[in-house]
Amino acid sequence: MTVISVAELAGQVPDGAKLVIAKDESGVAMAAAFALVRRGVKNLHLVTVPVSGLETDVLIGAGCVATLETSAITLGEFGLAPCFSRAVKAGAIVLKDATCPAIYAGLQAAQKGIPFMPLRGILETDVLANRPDWKVIDNPFVPGDRIVALPAIVPDVALFHAPLADRQGNVFIGRQRELMLLAHAARSTLVTAERIVEGNLLDDEARSGSVIPSLYISAVAHAPRGAWPLAFGDADGVDAEWMGRYVREAKTQAGFERMLESALDGSAGARLAA
Amino acid sequence: MSEVGEAAQSAVSAAEVLIHSIAGLLAGSRHVAVGASSPIPGAAALYTRVVSNGATRVSVLGSRRHNAFTNGGVELFDLAAQGRIDAFFLGGGQIDGEANINLVGIGAYPQTDVRWPGSFGSAYLYYLVPRVILFREEHTRRVFVPKVDFISAPGPRDDGVYRPGGPHAMVTSLCLFDFDRVRRRFVLKSVHPGHTLEEVRDNTGFDFDVPQNVSATPAPDAAALALIRGRVREEIAETYPKFAAQLQG
Repeated sequence: MTVISVAELAGQVPDGAKLVIAKDESGVAMAAAFALVRRGVKNLHLVTVPVSGLETDVLIGAGCVATLETSAITLGEFGLAPCFSRAVKAGAIVLKDATCPAIYAGLQAAQKGIPFMPLRGILETDVLANRPDWKVIDNPFVPGDRIVALPAIVPDVALFHAPLADRQGNVFIGRQRELMLLAHAARSTLVTAERIVEGNLLDDEARSGSVIPSLYISAVAHAPRGAWPLAFGDADGVDAEWMGRYVREAKTQAGFERMLESALDGSAGARLAA
Repeated sequence: MSEVGEAAQSAVSAAEVLIHSIAGLLAGSRHVAVGASSPIPGAAALYTRVVSNGATRVSVLGSRRHNAFTNGGVELFDLAAQGRIDAFFLGGGQIDGEANINLVGIGAYPQTDVRWPGSFGSAYLYYLVPRVILFREEHTRRVFVPKVDFISAPGPRDDGVYRPGGPHAMVTSLCLFDFDRVRRRFVLKSVHPGHTLEEVRDNTGFDFDVPQNVSATPAPDAAALALIRGRVREEIAETYPKFAAQLQG
């Protein structure tokens, strides 16, 4: 597998794709998300595992998202996600509100190649009332025991940022094991990596259990500081100054576009390309 | 009360009273999990771990040092469904008198006038964790409403749904409530130092039961305070540095 550029990686996400992305702590491919905006991807069906923040807000603000399936969108200590809030109020996106374990369950069904996964809870909520694609069934072993059946979520593409990849396409994820689930469930998996290492990551028995083997990986791009402005691992903290500015500016669409421009083309953009 | 006693009492912060009273609700738990954006519950859980000599296991989401999960975010939910999480915390943009909680927004769904982040794991954990502690500092009528606009997670009801869990208590900046799952009503347990029953009534938009004698929420004693300001502050600082800095004073 050749290591490609972030722009080339973004080119592998077709318009209308069901795109599954990771939560902030797991590794967010922000550089790739900015590249998706730059290439003008349209009509994404975005699935967040199980929550998301800036990445989803930027993709919504830039008009890339038609449908959003999520358990929560928040910028955490920086506040509510402004473009998300605006799009909800305007009815600009189709909203599929979920709950965290339901998203995991849908992906687990996809991973197993089965049509649905049953899950406890969820009954009698307005979450369920607004999800006609979720069904209530009787436990076949205990009649009268109602349980929710979640259909498999089969993403066209999974996209995330990882600490290490090798040139065969093996990807090290540390303890962020849910990235394994994303890769197992999706038809193709695109990864940006902080570092590309020589050799084969699977050769080291001490860490091979935290490696997604290349059989699941479609493409890898080298993106140092590829989660900026979000935090990544222990070394890179969140760019609090940029995030603080974003949450204020993006309250208006014009302000959002200014922030986006600065991220794509300004000094921040230069950092992304570095 | 002596002058020295009063001085010590006045030095106790509101956050310290909340940490101490939540810790009281966690006593005896085998495993307490704490969700995102929850510094006070996190501090209370870590306090409980210390006073239990480590018998209470604590998993603080967002922490590296105080979270041993190695199977991704799904691990918490799997543990909960197996009955292996005894206590968890939920909040709500709106909470009503039957303990229904709304984490989605105000107005008609989906085009809500105000949109909050979303339901997170509430629509699942509320059914499965035996001691769910509702924690919402803001105690106002816009939070504690007669009826929530959207049910992210329903309070317990007699509907045949598998529900080994549910609300155990609710802690606010003013008071502590128990929840009576049979009568489906909050029962006032204690009012925090410096606040009154009238204040609680004026700021709560639903009916709740008031026993004949409402006690004051006990403030932490000197030993408890020393623990909160010492080891607990150090441990919570890893995940919530800004919050930990406030505890120092």
